[in-house]
Amino acid sequence: MNEYRRKAIQRVGASGALATAFAAGWLRPQDVLAAGWNKNAFQSKSAADALKGIGAASPADSKDLVIEAPQIAENGAVVPIEVSSNLPNTKSIAVLIEKNPFPLVAQFDFMEGALPYVKVNVKMGESSNVRVVAEAGGKHYTAVKEVKVTIGGCGG
Amino acid sequence: MAGPMKIRATAQGGVADIRVLMSHPMETGQRKDNAGNLVPLHFIQNLTVKLNDKIVIEGQISQAVSRNPVFSFRVKGGKTGDKVEISWLDNKGETNKTEAAVA
Repeated sequence: MNEYRRKAIQRVGASGALATAFAAGWLRPQDVLAAGWNKNAFQSKSAADALKGIGAASPADSKDLVIEAPQIAENGAVVPIEVSSNLPNTKSIAVLIEKNPFPLVAQFDFMEGALPYVKVNVKMGESSNVRVVAEAGGKHYTAVKEVKVTIGGCGG
Repeated sequence: MAGPMKIRATAQGGVADIRVLMSHPMETGQRKDNAGNLVPLHFIQNLTVKLNDKIVIEGQISQAVSRNPVFSFRVKGGKTGDKVEISWLDNKGETNKTEAAVA
């Protein structure tokens, strides 16, 4: 009984230490979880590094990638971005906001009849190019659209 | 923390239009609270869309997706009555899952 209690206490102590490690930032939860998250690419601080991170260092320009986004976004906290690809066999679409602190915002993989289309609301720190990269037939293609964000990002 | 999730899916011309709203703070780790302390990073990292139990879309997202994320997707061959299931996983290991029928 006592033996069991001691072990239980030790266990609680150990998990407490883990929680402390998380809190102190030594060990961040995302390092442990979400193995299916491209950490290198998402934590890149430049668009070029992020492109390398998703394996698309030098994508070709394409007019078959269509980006719908406001020319001027009054609220940088919610900027609707709509992307569709007319490239045959589009497998994935990635969205980058080039001037954000971490440019890569999202990457979607399409399977089993899903159309290469996505609409997502993103945060933009300042006016920036919105770059979209699609993978189709083993090659990478890209298109860009500039979105101006009103100063302050909250209509100010 | 994980609030409700809403799916609206409609079939039109042989394509299912799927819209989803997720309740999530999507903290960037750069915002300060009223006391001036940084609010720690807390955001959805992975999302999965299934149609009739088959994965159709897998997404990886960053903290730069807006608070309470809204996504639209389209799936060819989706018809009325099909089951849509959407789930997510965030950087703290929290998950949420919901399903709906295509209308």
